[in-house]
Amino acid sequence: MAESRDSIADIWGPRTPYHRAWPTRADERTVETPDRWVQSACVLCSNGCGLDIAVKDGKIVGVRGRSEDRVNHGRLGPKGLHGWEANNSSDRLKVPLIRRGNRFIEASWDGAMNLIVSQSKNIRDRHTSSAIGFYTSGQLFLEEYYTLAVIGKAGLGTPHMDGNTRLCTATAAAALKESFGTDGQPGSYTDLDTTDAIFDVGHNMAEQQTVLWTRVLDRLAGPRRPKLVIMDPRPIPAAKEADVHLAPKPGTNVVVLNGLLRLIIQNGWISRAYIDAHTMGFEDLERTVAKWTPELVERIADVPQRKLHAAAEILGTAPTIVSAVLQGVYQSMQATAAACQVNNLHLIRGLIGRDGCGVYQMNGQPTAQNARECGADGDLPGFRNWSNPTHIEELARLWNVSRDIIPHWAPPTHAMQIFRYCEQGSIKMLWISATNPAVSLPNLPRIRRILDQEDLFLVVQDAFMTETAARADVVLPAAIWGEKTGCFTNVDRTVHLSHQAVEPPGEARSDFDIFLDYARLMDFRDKDGAALIKWRTPEEAFEAWKVCSKGRPCDYSGMTYAKLTGGSGIQWPCNEQFPDGATHLYTDGVYNTDPQYCETYGHDLDTGAQLTPQQYRAHNPTGRAIIKAADYIPPFEEPDKVYPLWLTTGRVVYHFHTRTKTGRVQALEDKAPEAFIEISKADALAYNIQNGDAIEARSRRGYVVAPAKITDIRQGLLFIPFHYGYWDDNSHPRAANEVTREDWDPVSKQPHYKLSAVCIRKV
Amino acid sequence: MQVGLYLKMVKDSETDLSKAFTTVSAHHRQEPDMEASCHLLASWSHNKAESADTFIKRYGSKADAGVDRLYSDLFQGPRRGGLALLRDLHDLWLLATEAQICWTLLGQAAHALRDNELIRACQDNKGTTTRQIAWLETRSKQAAPQTLIAG
Repeated sequence: MAESRDSIADIWGPRTPYHRAWPTRADERTVETPDRWVQSACVLCSNGCGLDIAVKDGKIVGVRGRSEDRVNHGRLGPKGLHGWEANNSSDRLKVPLIRRGNRFIEASWDGAMNLIVSQSKNIRDRHTSSAIGFYTSGQLFLEEYYTLAVIGKAGLGTPHMDGNTRLCTATAAAALKESFGTDGQPGSYTDLDTTDAIFDVGHNMAEQQTVLWTRVLDRLAGPRRPKLVIMDPRPIPAAKEADVHLAPKPGTNVVVLNGLLRLIIQNGWISRAYIDAHTMGFEDLERTVAKWTPELVERIADVPQRKLHAAAEILGTAPTIVSAVLQGVYQSMQATAAACQVNNLHLIRGLIGRDGCGVYQMNGQPTAQNARECGADGDLPGFRNWSNPTHIEELARLWNVSRDIIPHWAPPTHAMQIFRYCEQGSIKMLWISATNPAVSLPNLPRIRRILDQEDLFLVVQDAFMTETAARADVVLPAAIWGEKTGCFTNVDRTVHLSHQAVEPPGEARSDFDIFLDYARLMDFRDKDGAALIKWRTPEEAFEAWKVCSKGRPCDYSGMTYAKLTGGSGIQWPCNEQFPDGATHLYTDGVYNTDPQYCETYGHDLDTGAQLTPQQYRAHNPTGRAIIKAADYIPPFEEPDKVYPLWLTTGRVVYHFHTRTKTGRVQALEDKAPEAFIEISKADALAYNIQNGDAIEARSRRGYVVAPAKITDIRQGLLFIPFHYGYWDDNSHPRAANEVTREDWDPVSKQPHYKLSAVCIRKV
Repeated sequence: MQVGLYLKMVKDSETDLSKAFTTVSAHHRQEPDMEASCHLLASWSHNKAESADTFIKRYGSKADAGVDRLYSDLFQGPRRGGLALLRDLHDLWLLATEAQICWTLLGQAAHALRDNELIRACQDNKGTTTRQIAWLETRSKQAAPQTLIAG
């Protein structure tokens, strides 16, 4: 038994101040003395902290951070130190279940899989594969995503496959593609070790990636303290440490960013040499931002002029900058357009591709990056371009199938559209793995209606009886982290191998084995009549993935399971040129924008209209980064007389997602047992609300009830954490997504969770 | 001089297009992206229609029944049923294409008139119309396979 620190009381732990070399701090929590340690990494946020799983008598009994890992240098956050307890929860699903009327009956694996296969074949024969959809996760492993992607794209040939990454990281991918030609983070977490300034935009790093924030806190406490600029409408923990805190009105990110870019350009704080040599589109940016004077920014976004000037001076003059962007941008108005403006800051200052200069278009989930790389979301494997026939041909050759089977006539269907097709009845079978849309998608009253539709055959594969699983026709019990082997990749491209530590409970199987079984039973074949899926183990799948990724930006070809075992995680690209991985992309200022190499030909940031290959080639961006400007577009739904307040959603530090795991960990649950509605002092006064009063927040879509929490949040704005659903408390509407909007960013198709107009009353 | 005829045509085209986007926006609320997208594109057409006023003052305005006929042929009321969205997007595309050719031809006349202000307006408005058409193509191409095969 060991507990190196109380991470519940002290989230970030003791300071180890530094500049350059981040000291190690070995965090550990075990409840029994283990008889062995098994190497893995944490899956309770996107940071990817290296850890070892403590095992005693075939059971997980704790974890310790890996000091040699480049991501965390031994540290773990509260969810990492406690979250493993959910593996041992007594309400894990242990046998397949099949619906009979209003209840489930236990079934054998053969019984459940045969039902799924016969339904698949029936539906495919009668309505084509376009009537079958997959909605997966940011929680599976690389080998599982790649297997699923090949099943969907070359087995069934359905365009309908997306991940819940659509809700969390789709904009990161979209913005990286628009600016740099392909997905892939230019920077590295080590940039924080030396950077002179940190720009954190719509990113509650302190509560989302606690260990990354620990790295920042250690820099703030050490020599050569970096300046910190925070942009967030809430008084988040990071704001207390900030040199400048910009708290814009909801929906005005582009206004503030354009205002900052204007000041930086006007003051001559740009690198003409870099702009001329390595970018295109600067003139358009200059023209677009010209009108966004500090006065106009203040009028539209309610950001004081002196604060905008102060932030611009830091971001304009710091010799190096790290920017990090997350849901405050991705789930708000003009998501991709705003995220691109952060890329533009780095491009016009030439602060990219070297130490101290990182752009982190963050991920929310531990394996979101792999869903994107492997094509289990709305992308093609290896960041290939669906509108480039050569790329489709490459995949067809790789899988030895006819190129006609691979859906490439339009982009893969995004999640919200998949649910719309289900609603219309044109998708008749939906297979959901490791995600909980009945709590996590916007406008829940509608999502529940869709999931409950009689004519939708719903398969849910999960570790617990989630709100979504409870609506399924077939429930498949899945093994989780610690119970299976596979790789996953974090925000800064660091790949970790997570080894199986224990056996899954009951008859639960890994998602990998379930997908393989489906492929076998469906008898998917290649052109020569051999089995389409040619691997049987995760390691064999990884070897197949290496071939698929070779020559693409996410090149894994220089990695092996052996190389990923024993030391630190390794960054891609890892190949002959970079045998130990590459810290930065674009070190030579040459971007992935060659028409034959790029992942997209780009979009109109305002409408989402796709540019044609001809239009793309006409601009001849080959090798140059593309500076894309955008003017402000006001939100479609704004507060009015009936719904006078803004409502935004987000997370609290002790929970992850819909609490499927963290809600089953006593220490985490005790600390954050219930949702709340955060409200400003002025609004509380106006509505005569005291701390703890039960408040109903109602939008045009639904309502939610939670106790009030009065804070320094900006007036006119409410906040609700999105974690709370109904599996453990069905007494009242408490899921934030009862009220949220389901429309989406035109480019990334990420829903506008952060922008709901609501009215409130005491209940 | 018949420039007034095309100014009237382009103003009517854009007014119709704006109206059509607004109608489709309201009609397809079940498609979560349609309301906001069509609302935005309607506002673009509204602005384009207004931009013609300066030049109508300069060159006059002559009536022509042809454009209105196109609108009423296409929009006798929004459609219902499985094909509705696809068919409405298709019709918006036709209306937008009508507006686009109007700006193109008017732009030719503007060059011959050496009217730099009108040249600029035609270029800008044609560019905006091209963006509307690009969105309509993107959205309808996405909808077509599902509507026609699995719908």
